[in-house]
Amino acid sequence: MAVSSNLSRQIDPQEPESLPEGAVTIRDATEADLAAVTDLDALNTGLAKPDYWQARFAETAVHGDRHFLIAETVNPNNEPVFAGFIVGEIRAWEFGSEPCGWVHSIGVYPGRRVSGIGTRLFDSICERFRADGVRLVRTMLAREDQLNMSFFRSQGMMAGAFIELEKPID
Amino acid sequence: MKLQKATRYGLYAVLELARDPERQLSATDIAAIYDISANHLAKVLRDLGRARLVDSARGVGGGYRFSGNAKRVTLMDIIAVFEDISGDGPGAREEGEDTEIGQALNLVLSEIDDIARATFGSITIDTLLKTMRWRQERDRSPPANRLTID
Repeated sequence: MAVSSNLSRQIDPQEPESLPEGAVTIRDATEADLAAVTDLDALNTGLAKPDYWQARFAETAVHGDRHFLIAETVNPNNEPVFAGFIVGEIRAWEFGSEPCGWVHSIGVYPGRRVSGIGTRLFDSICERFRADGVRLVRTMLAREDQLNMSFFRSQGMMAGAFIELEKPID
Repeated sequence: MKLQKATRYGLYAVLELARDPERQLSATDIAAIYDISANHLAKVLRDLGRARLVDSARGVGGGYRFSGNAKRVTLMDIIAVFEDISGDGPGAREEGEDTEIGQALNLVLSEIDDIARATFGSITIDTLLKTMRWRQERDRSPPANRLTID
């Protein structure tokens, strides 16, 4: 999802509020998805990072507690069309935190937002985390990233028990 | 962060009306629910009407109704009707703020305000009401049946 200071400017009012039941399929990513993921991420962040996405995908293949999921819709010819992705993993005992699921990245094509795709991706990765045995999901966002902040809030997420601190060291 | 009384009344009114957008409530009805001044609330509702967040219908059975888009209107949009917490303006000068300690203290206060603004700007009416319902359902259900990630 794009970094934005104004959610309403990012949303086409003509878009459907939700797609029909079964119109979105969630599946595990394959190597063939990486170009689409890289393109969408570059569209949203302004920076193409093919090596990074390749490395994340490779980790997913090795570690069972890392999840890289793809959302697909269908075009008028009933062919699957890439619509978005979500990436997360289980982390344990960092800063004393019990094992929990972390969502690192989520992206939905601008023209397909506000139709329930992000929610399906989030619900699916939460299901994976539950199956991995954790009871909490976390993410971290830039304070000015209102679009993503609004999305995660709409999923019921709130400020958690930890607070991020930082300092320039150059 | 301390919100002005009018802002708090405005949040109560919009959220109460948005719970059921078909329902019409008068200023007196809403004031009774929150045990607040109906006169003050009537002024607040007029401001909300000018901001097109509520509609009013006159006459018997008249009252106010939520007229915004609950999935787009944020708590910050309502707050902005009554006060400026954007932090963009010069703001009122505080005694001692030009001193070393005053400036250091202002940095901490700005950090807190930035977080508050980001929070208000990211919570829509729909999200707040949905979260409230989730919490009520969670509190009613026995622990064994609770969602593990929510």
